[in-house]
Amino acid sequence: MTSVHVSTTINGDAVEYLCDAEETLLDVLRDRLALTGSKEGCGTGDCGACSVTLDGRLVCSCLVLGAEAEGRTVNTIEGIAQGDKLHPLQRKFIEHAALQCGICTPGFLVASKALLEKNPDPTETEIRYWLAGNLCRCTGYDKIVRAVTSAAAEMRETR
Amino acid sequence: MPLDIKPVAPGHTFTIVGTRPLRPDGLDKVTGRAKFGADMTAPAMLIGKILRSPHAHARIRSIDVSKALALPGVKAVVTRDDFKEGDPDLRDVLRNVMARDKALYEGHAVAGVAATSAIIARKALKLIKVDYEVLPHVTDVEAAMRADAPVLHDDLFTGGLEEPTDNAAAAAKAEEIGHVEDAKEAESDPHHGKSLAGGFRPQSSKPSNVAKRHEFGHGDVEKGFAKADVVIERKFKTEATHQGYIEPHACLASMGSDGQGELWGCTQGHYMVRNVCAQLLGMDVSKLRVTASEIGGGFGGKTTVFLEPVALALSRKSGKPVKMAMSREDVFRASGPTSSATVWVKIGATKAGRITAAECELKLQGGAFPGSPVDMAAMAAFACYDLENVKAVGWDVVVNRPKQAAYRAPGAPISAFGVESVIDELAHKLGIDPLDFRLKNAAKEGTKSSYGPTFGPIGLIPTLEAVKNHPHYKAKLGPNQGRGIAAGFWFNFGGQTCVSLNINVDGTVALALGTPDIGGSRASMSQMAAEELGIPYDKVKAIIADTSSLGFNDITEGSRATFSSGLATIQAARDAIGKLCGRAAQIWGIPAEAVVWEKGHAKPSGANAGNFEPLSLADIAKTAANTGGPIAGHFEVNAEGAGVSFSTHIADAEVDPETGRTQITRYTVIQDAGKAIHPSYVEGQYQGGAAQGIGWALNEEYIYGADGKLQNAGFLDYRIPVASDLPMIDTVILEIPNPGHPYGLRGVGETSIVPPLAAVANAVTAAAGVRMLEVPMSPPRILKAIGEQKAGKKKAKANGKS
Amino acid sequence: MRYEAPNSIDKAVELLAAEKGLAFVLAGGTDLLVRMKSGFVEPDLVVDVKRIEPLRKIVAEAGGFRIGAAVPASELGEHKALKKLWPGVVEAANLIGSTQIQGRATMTGNMCNASPAADSVPALVAAGATATIVGPKGRRELPVEEVATAPGKTSLAKGEIVESLFLPARPKLSGDAYLRFIPRTEMDIAVVGAGVSLTMGEDGTCKAARVSLGAVAARVLLVKEAAAALIGSKIDDAALDKLAAACSAACKPIDDKRGTKDFRIEVAGVLARRAAVIALKRATGK
Repeated sequence: MTSVHVSTTINGDAVEYLCDAEETLLDVLRDRLALTGSKEGCGTGDCGACSVTLDGRLVCSCLVLGAEAEGRTVNTIEGIAQGDKLHPLQRKFIEHAALQCGICTPGFLVASKALLEKNPDPTETEIRYWLAGNLCRCTGYDKIVRAVTSAAAEMRETR
Repeated sequence: MPLDIKPVAPGHTFTIVGTRPLRPDGLDKVTGRAKFGADMTAPAMLIGKILRSPHAHARIRSIDVSKALALPGVKAVVTRDDFKEGDPDLRDVLRNVMARDKALYEGHAVAGVAATSAIIARKALKLIKVDYEVLPHVTDVEAAMRADAPVLHDDLFTGGLEEPTDNAAAAAKAEEIGHVEDAKEAESDPHHGKSLAGGFRPQSSKPSNVAKRHEFGHGDVEKGFAKADVVIERKFKTEATHQGYIEPHACLASMGSDGQGELWGCTQGHYMVRNVCAQLLGMDVSKLRVTASEIGGGFGGKTTVFLEPVALALSRKSGKPVKMAMSREDVFRASGPTSSATVWVKIGATKAGRITAAECELKLQGGAFPGSPVDMAAMAAFACYDLENVKAVGWDVVVNRPKQAAYRAPGAPISAFGVESVIDELAHKLGIDPLDFRLKNAAKEGTKSSYGPTFGPIGLIPTLEAVKNHPHYKAKLGPNQGRGIAAGFWFNFGGQTCVSLNINVDGTVALALGTPDIGGSRASMSQMAAEELGIPYDKVKAIIADTSSLGFNDITEGSRATFSSGLATIQAARDAIGKLCGRAAQIWGIPAEAVVWEKGHAKPSGANAGNFEPLSLADIAKTAANTGGPIAGHFEVNAEGAGVSFSTHIADAEVDPETGRTQITRYTVIQDAGKAIHPSYVEGQYQGGAAQGIGWALNEEYIYGADGKLQNAGFLDYRIPVASDLPMIDTVILEIPNPGHPYGLRGVGETSIVPPLAAVANAVTAAAGVRMLEVPMSPPRILKAIGEQKAGKKKAKANGKS
Repeated sequence: MRYEAPNSIDKAVELLAAEKGLAFVLAGGTDLLVRMKSGFVEPDLVVDVKRIEPLRKIVAEAGGFRIGAAVPASELGEHKALKKLWPGVVEAANLIGSTQIQGRATMTGNMCNASPAADSVPALVAAGATATIVGPKGRRELPVEEVATAPGKTSLAKGEIVESLFLPARPKLSGDAYLRFIPRTEMDIAVVGAGVSLTMGEDGTCKAARVSLGAVAARVLLVKEAAAALIGSKIDDAALDKLAAACSAACKPIDDKRGTKDFRIEVAGVLARRAAVIALKRATGK
């Protein structure tokens, strides 16, 4: 076992940690940094529950090694709200009942935020294809799509 | 003793019930703060992992854990030797949690290890030496019923049979109950008849894999079929599916040297977990406190125990907290998928479209232990119809697969697939619109159901008529598109429930519930409490209490949480109201009977009672210390009167005739909710159940190799619908009140998974002209059916027929 | 396991050549980490190539493009000029997995993983793409179709790394397309993949074509008979029928949990035909 020392930025804060070479970024977030908002649903990049952005790019943290975060910026669900102010997506998810059990919600929020930053006015089809890597078993996706559409509209208005 | 629940008056206007307030746990869930099963830690915590059998069926001759124990960092190892058999009712649960003399499926737990890190725990698993004697295995339900099948349990004898006294009588009985000995006849036409390939003679004198025979119905189906103008019989096949919850099973167990324990984990029933774990570990129930974490999906799959007893045993042995979580692969291999099945259906009707007889025979495998939901499948099969002659027979079979657990209306989607497909085919054959055909035969109030009870007011016909009037039903279809409908039913359950409602000094209310919140029920309970008390919704805070804080609560399943906990919440609120009125009476110096509760205030009942200003709940709460102490209401009940619910779905499918690929282009769910407490969450249940049903219909299946091993134990190849696979799912909530609940509420969580399999199959038939008898209707199967049909047409043409 | 992130390709080659145990290259990690998680591989050394600057670039070269081995699929889709020149290749790469996978997966990794069902490979083969390989003995070039030799195996020698993929310039009236069959709309491994690249003449006949099939044999196939069906024709129905038949005939598929033999054979023809129609549209602008 070899330990890797990593200096990185998580949700805007400078963070340092030691991890095993084979630990994933998801393992590090959850088990070493107590950031349990990102979830392990499958460990193989098929469900999106562990979604984070790495240097602004949407990725599955279960498929990134903890060592790879060196010198990069990571953003997780815990960084979406600004202090006590929720992001429009977070508000809309609650308003539109776009969550039932809520386990997939962090992943969907991170992924949706990345979508709206790239495409502020997505069609229903664009939303569905962008979010195809985020599995939800409770909602059938209907209210999630509506929440994202609604948040996008609000964000365009308040620009 | 009948429950004295006063229903609200017809036409009653609700203030909060029926609206869409924000859920109390929403903030935590959108910020990542909510704590699920794997999100808890404890100081000095160990990581536990399970060694699983690589064989589908094997005798475990010996287990040598010495090298694992010697590995630095390993603090405890447990095997079958650490669990004593006790309560016979828990025998199968225990054997499933940890294999005893045999590994009965690939993935069956054989040993558990707790170590200081996951990496060490994984290394330790590799050091455990298990001496297996590999045995022949069987994973197919019909193969398991054959006389020559490998037998899983040498102490399992078929129940539910009346024993004939000689061979001739036995043969006659076998004929009567629907099987022939001759393999050839069955194999020559697998879609005809109920015959079982390979020979099966029901008997209960030798051990077999057939656990039990069930039969339901009334009348005389033979006489009924004789009266029919058209009879259709078909044999269907369904493959096993998994509930597919995104959160794998996880728990954190902490046992003290004083024999007291704490358990944190995701479960649909923490009281059940407490009872079962305490018994399996030989503890007093009161010594184990179980806290239900937030749960990332259950759908029935988290209504039993898998890791929990092992985690507790490891914690007890090591003296440290132990955290365990299943990998996704383990979830597929070793939690509780639903049954695979064969479904034989025969229905006869007159030219006018009236069903004269309906019969089905179902074979469901429940994995390695008895208890598949074949009984519920059989009972639900014909529940939508008003039938004079009906017979449903079910066989519960064991195979070398993981022990099944409940999956949203267990068994019902399987039988409904067959029944609603045959109904559709029958209607078309008679030249009657399938919707009208169902209306002609629909069950209604006063119908003697196919499974026994007589229905009270029910909502099936309203859903069928709502379909007729829905714009989806008349919408235009494009090329290669077809529309199908199907109806569905679920019983819904009541069960043991306790609720405690405490009034805080500032007039806010703490509501303690015992049914884990899997779909937003905390919001609904808060609404009901607020409605009864006449206070704003945001003054009620609902929590799911741990097992030390409330009396026993049955599991959140059977669509019972909002019904049962809701009923108990209303009654607890009424209990509190009684006490609040008593305090007001005390303050005013008038008799308690002279005080009424209205819009959140205690008032004198009339001018004679006195001229007092109304006291709000907050007013009374403020002075509670002076009027007798804290004010609370509570209610404990074994709830009955859960109303059945019916649903009709409309599915549009587009089938690519060159590849067999099917896309659902439009979908509508119309379901009776009795009373929708929070319409958004009712809609959510309708949509979620429909999505699972669509996945089951099109692409989800357990794929086993000839070696008895699961080939697709992951979300890559176990294909649940993704966002781009589905359209918006339109919902219509009908409300035909259930007399058994004060607000008329019916369970809603399960019915919506029942119609989709047949709705999609009927849509595919309309789109591509082929009748699919197997789910999932994956593209290779549909393309094959299209090809066979083309070839058949070509042949017919060549033979000079049109 | 050890993790190294060298900042030059020579250092990477050195590390890989010197490793006595099991060494793997880490680009996107979307195959490697999955295999590690399942216990299928237990690397002694992982060499992360994402800190090697030239490997992260898309560079115009000789009318075509050189794509560094560490460029993720998402960046390919964002590169307007590349997308314009080779839309089929880019759309193939953009089909791999989900948006999250796209943020990491590379075409080079897709190729070196050597799965017969890799999505970007049939498109690369149809495009006539070449791989530049760097090793202890220096640099060499290899057509993409010669990199994978069998499922999970490549022709790379110990210490060799793919540095970049080169997509050549296109003559006028050229177009390419890639289609795959999956049961859902996203997320599945291709059951059949078909890549077609063609060049038309001013006279409306096809001057050059390459047709490649994935997931229907142990390696991605370059189907010469299928190309021959198109070359010299006006790509009418008769030519497309011949193309489809040639593709079906070239398949050597297996039955597995993703599809049956018969299904793959039939659908290979259907997809090749549809891909050819799209490539034709792109070539002629009609």
